[in-house]
Amino acid sequence: MTLSFQAAVAGRGFDVSLTVGPGETVAVMGPNGAGKSTLLSSIAGLLRPDSGRAELNGKTLFDLDGGNRTWVPPHHRRTALLAQEPLLFPHLSAVDNVSFGPRSAGIPKREARQRALGWLADVEAEALAGRRPGELSGGQAQRVAVARALAADPSLLLLDEPLAALDIHSAPLLRRLFKRVLAGRQAIIVTHDVLDALILADRVVILEDGRIAEDGPTREVLERPRSAFAASLAGLNFVPGTLDGAAVRTEEGLRIAGHGGDPEADGQQAAPGKPGAQPAAPGQPGRSGEPAPVAGSGSPGVAVFPPSAVSVFLTDAHGSPRNSFAVTISDLEPHGDQIRVRAGGLAADITPAASADLGLVPGLAVHFVVKAAAVSVYGT
Amino acid sequence: MVGQGYSGVPGWVRALAVVAAVVVLLPLLAMVLRVDWTRFIPLVTSDSSLTALGLSLRTSAASTLLCIVLGVPLALVLARDSFRLQGLLRSLVLLPLVLPPVVGGIALLYTFGRQGLLGRAFDMLGLQIAFSTTAVVLAQTFVALPFLVVSLEGAVRTSGSRYEAVAATLGARPGTVFRRVTLPLVLPGLASGAVLSFARSLGEFGATLTFAGSLQGVTRTLPLEIYLQRETDPDAAVALSLVLVAVAVAVVALAYRRPAARSGAGKRPTTPVPAGGNSK
Repeated sequence: MTLSFQAAVAGRGFDVSLTVGPGETVAVMGPNGAGKSTLLSSIAGLLRPDSGRAELNGKTLFDLDGGNRTWVPPHHRRTALLAQEPLLFPHLSAVDNVSFGPRSAGIPKREARQRALGWLADVEAEALAGRRPGELSGGQAQRVAVARALAADPSLLLLDEPLAALDIHSAPLLRRLFKRVLAGRQAIIVTHDVLDALILADRVVILEDGRIAEDGPTREVLERPRSAFAASLAGLNFVPGTLDGAAVRTEEGLRIAGHGGDPEADGQQAAPGKPGAQPAAPGQPGRSGEPAPVAGSGSPGVAVFPPSAVSVFLTDAHGSPRNSFAVTISDLEPHGDQIRVRAGGLAADITPAASADLGLVPGLAVHFVVKAAAVSVYGT
Repeated sequence: MVGQGYSGVPGWVRALAVVAAVVVLLPLLAMVLRVDWTRFIPLVTSDSSLTALGLSLRTSAASTLLCIVLGVPLALVLARDSFRLQGLLRSLVLLPLVLPPVVGGIALLYTFGRQGLLGRAFDMLGLQIAFSTTAVVLAQTFVALPFLVVSLEGAVRTSGSRYEAVAATLGARPGTVFRRVTLPLVLPGLASGAVLSFARSLGEFGATLTFAGSLQGVTRTLPLEIYLQRETDPDAAVALSLVLVAVAVAVVALAYRRPAARSGAGKRPTTPVPAGGNSK
């Protein structure tokens, strides 16, 4: 009961290889145009890749590599697709929408209707059975759409940002519903919301420029991001470079000292609402002086640290195990009860009072300073 | 003029708009004024008139049916598929819209006529198409098909193929998708296209006269009857013209009536009913 998928679409620079285990829910995240929709469309059979092969539960979905190419049309794939918009057939009532899948599978009208009512009850929408899609709110329509997708008895459920079009009142309800129906069900969910990935998925796959940038258990990816996108999801500063002892050397020649220890300290600091322009030094790894070097000097690595660990100074303040970045402020924005200062691709969270004291404005040259103990360094 | 917004239409544009309306409506008015009401009923219920009207209605119904059977697939293929020379095919199919009907009649004659491209083959099978009621239906289909294709292709394009994609992932084979999703979704476009085709068929004159001739009861449709009567009895021609105008008005009213509050019969909902928060 697994999906194995490998496909390339030259025109879109798409080349992805992915497996989904039995009962596993995988969240696919990435910037716009990264190939998330291409991935779902290729699996569903709505888009034909240039090359590759895919198998679902031992049955070939497509094989475009070998001599005898096979292409299974969408209606034989059992991969129901649920999009951002419910796309309920406007001329059919809710119950007829839900029974569409069973009817298409050749189940007699009466029985298909019974099953549809069962699925509607399952999504707590049985009261809507007789309504036309035009008479449903966004959240109600999406619930009916979930019932319709499940009623088709799919081997793999494809969800394309199913919560994105909902208002803030219906999204939590739907998220709970998904949590319930996705349990033990094989599914791929494309989402922009890190909350969806955390709550709904066992694993997260980060797509960037048509390729998989990261793939791992959701928690792990968010705690030790290896791609700029995952770091931005986790709300962490991310500086790529090459490993140099317990530090990362950037392309510009800057050396960022850190530690290769467990990211626990960072994990705590990444938690929102940690106040203080001058965070307390997490006295974790730096016993006295040199922290443990990270293996693999010279290979690519990243330095990752939370914005809450960054202090802002107007002048260069040298302290021994500290990293200082000379940057120009590009943006100031409210962030919880803090002010987020964006500069040179990095972010610092400081108190409004500190910001006012320093007289921070966009365009001002400042120094971002972060203690080595707050910087996680690891290979990518 | 309370509560009217700024329209931005200059005065001279309004004046020209009035002239345009007069150009269309004045001739109709002139004709109505010319009707000899005392003889109206006997004129339109004369034997030849009723025969012509009956033939017109029958042939127009047949050609509309033919337009639907052939036009729906053509519109779908033009709107959904992509193939080489698709753009060219789309333009060529619309040709009868701009072609003088008499040219269409000549083209049909050299296709189905006794000496025509296919006519010889039909002749050998003992089938004579030219100058028969079949020819009338063919001529009407030829000129009316583009109306159905254009209006349906537009409807198919606006409705997009996203519903069909969802239907396919739910396990519906293409035939089921066509029957249960595509057709109901484009039904309004199909209906107005069919009505327009029927109207065009009813008014068809040039191609019919050229390709089918004017045999009473066989190929002499109402427009042909009117043209013939005009020579001998102008009053009869006017009376019959009024009948066609009445039919045309009914057809236009049918095709362009405002979609009333039908509960989503084929029409896609633009916005869901905002019950406790809209979806955007």
